[in-house]
Amino acid sequence: MNALAPSAAGRDNAARFVAEYQGKRGRLGDLAARDAAGDWLSRHGLPRRTEEAFKYTDLRPLWERDRPAEPSGAGFAPALLDSLFERAGLDRDWPRLVFVNGQLDAALSSTQSGGFAGVGGDTPDHAVVALNTMLAEDGASLHVPAGTDAGRLVIVSLCGPGTDAHLRHRVVLERGAKLSLIEIASGEGSYAGTVVSEITVREEAALEHVRLQQDAADAVSLSHVRATVAERASYDGFNLALGAAVARHEVRARLEGSYGIVHVNGAQLLGGTQVADLTSAIVHAAPHTSSRQTVKNVLTGRARGVFQGKILVNRIAQKTDGYQMNQALLLSEEAEIDAKPELEIFADDVKCSHGATAGALDEEQMFYLRSRGVPRAEARAILVRAFLEDAFDLVADEPVRALLEQATEGWWDGADALGAS
Amino acid sequence: MSDFLRIEGLEASIDDNGSPKPILKGIDLVIPAGEVHAIMGPNGSGKSTLSYVLAGREDYEVTGGSVSFKGQDLLAMEPEERAAAGVFLAFQAPVELPGVNNANFLRTAVNAVRRARGEEEYDAVQFLKAARTKAKALSMPEDLLKRNVNVGFSGGEKKRNEVLQMAMLNPSLAILDETDSGLDIDALRIVAEGVNALRSPSFSALVITHHQRLLDYLVPDKVHVMARGRILRTGGPELAHQLEAEGYASFLAEAA
Repeated sequence: MNALAPSAAGRDNAARFVAEYQGKRGRLGDLAARDAAGDWLSRHGLPRRTEEAFKYTDLRPLWERDRPAEPSGAGFAPALLDSLFERAGLDRDWPRLVFVNGQLDAALSSTQSGGFAGVGGDTPDHAVVALNTMLAEDGASLHVPAGTDAGRLVIVSLCGPGTDAHLRHRVVLERGAKLSLIEIASGEGSYAGTVVSEITVREEAALEHVRLQQDAADAVSLSHVRATVAERASYDGFNLALGAAVARHEVRARLEGSYGIVHVNGAQLLGGTQVADLTSAIVHAAPHTSSRQTVKNVLTGRARGVFQGKILVNRIAQKTDGYQMNQALLLSEEAEIDAKPELEIFADDVKCSHGATAGALDEEQMFYLRSRGVPRAEARAILVRAFLEDAFDLVADEPVRALLEQATEGWWDGADALGAS
Repeated sequence: MSDFLRIEGLEASIDDNGSPKPILKGIDLVIPAGEVHAIMGPNGSGKSTLSYVLAGREDYEVTGGSVSFKGQDLLAMEPEERAAAGVFLAFQAPVELPGVNNANFLRTAVNAVRRARGEEEYDAVQFLKAARTKAKALSMPEDLLKRNVNVGFSGGEKKRNEVLQMAMLNPSLAILDETDSGLDIDALRIVAEGVNALRSPSFSALVITHHQRLLDYLVPDKVHVMARGRILRTGGPELAHQLEAEGYASFLAEAA
């Protein structure tokens, strides 16, 4: 790659994706939306760091990585799913939908959804969404009827070497409905995945949406949530980012009814040269709405954590309560955290706060633990777990929280190799 | 084992804005197995530094001398190795660990030490039974085990928590750094009883204190007077009474 003289492909970094679309267009539906997305991508390209929204997160691996002529089949998936049960502690009894390389795998799934809801809808305005709109061929459609508590549902997305996978989910909770949605992304080798979840939470409904991203080390992992939250309804999101070379989880939520609640919490545990980005844009469009964001980053090696949180309070949204906290624990000299809070407030009676901290492990605490006989690595693990605890505590569904905690235990095995000091 | 703990010519300094500031200026001290020694001295004499250096805190640089513990070179060991070998430091200011459950912390520590000593680890039931019994002996409210380590503890609770850790870790050398400071007389007696309960021919203690009061309950075999980074005088328990009556001035004048 030569930065001074970009190649033709460098200027048109979406070209190969648009070509892929042209190749399979004949067998897809929603062509008006897909064509519009393709046009948008041809005109805008995929985002580079010169774009403010992607200033900290370099998506080049998305279009620069080599793709083999023959992507892998689905043969890897059963063993990988088994390891989620055995090592990650995923409960086999929780109803699950399993997607392999972007397609539903009915044999590995234990329940059914309403089928693929398509990609039609609004006009494209976001590269990841446009890419997904153009290429997604499958996804879950979940509809929880009024007053129903649907319990837990797991959506697993597994990708194999050399594949691109695009999933489009649609989730609707009718009045007073409840759902605990657990999303797990994992895979093998080098691949790219986008998942767009369009979420509607109607009056007094409550969605807990926990995402465990443990994609393969060479993966590009992009997820995008668009949620609208009605009166007295809640969207309670938590994203745990452990894997991928480059990951971005973006949540755009709109509080449309009074007393609605949005949580965009998360933790990012990264090593080596990993980059993970949690970006949110929350619009308070009704009075008495609240949003809460607690994001913790644990970074080793030369890893970089990114948090961009935007809160927009419309003029009508009096009595808004917005809270944002981003904290980073830097375990190596070269780890980096980039935090960008943005508050745009047009109402005059609101409570909005944001904060950010970054620091190393406390030497006194380390010495205290070691003086009690706890070896250095174990002492560090104890302090990191303690640092993460108040984020994990925000996951209300306890067995789901336990799943996340177990996933972070596994992270330690790799963290030393990734350059924690 | 007359040279259970042998400190010879120990010198240590701390980094003071880039230049080393000497704190310990040649400490000689021998504690035989089974003995309790007290160190008394004015503020800034280096007592806490000595305790930190013995426990292995990294921000002090040892610039001279040696410390042997049960025949091993103590200064070459990591803090956790010293703990496994039997060294325990009761901190003057016990460190708070938000987000770390006290019982879990204690169990992790006890099992790490037991593992290193080649002893079988406690399971959850054995551990809780032992911890509850010992906490009760120290008149500790049971909920202290359920709370985060030292977070929101009163001064007395923190000190008792140190003594509980000591009792559970079963050290052969306990270093008590002003464990009596901030304690009322009842707490003082409980803490002293906790230490006395450990006294045996294979347990030694180095008790750092400002006040003779603790030594009424925890009667030392020897008392050392420390000032300006050196041991100025060594004597029996009567030395503590003399200090209490006369202050440090005469010792300091003697040394000058």
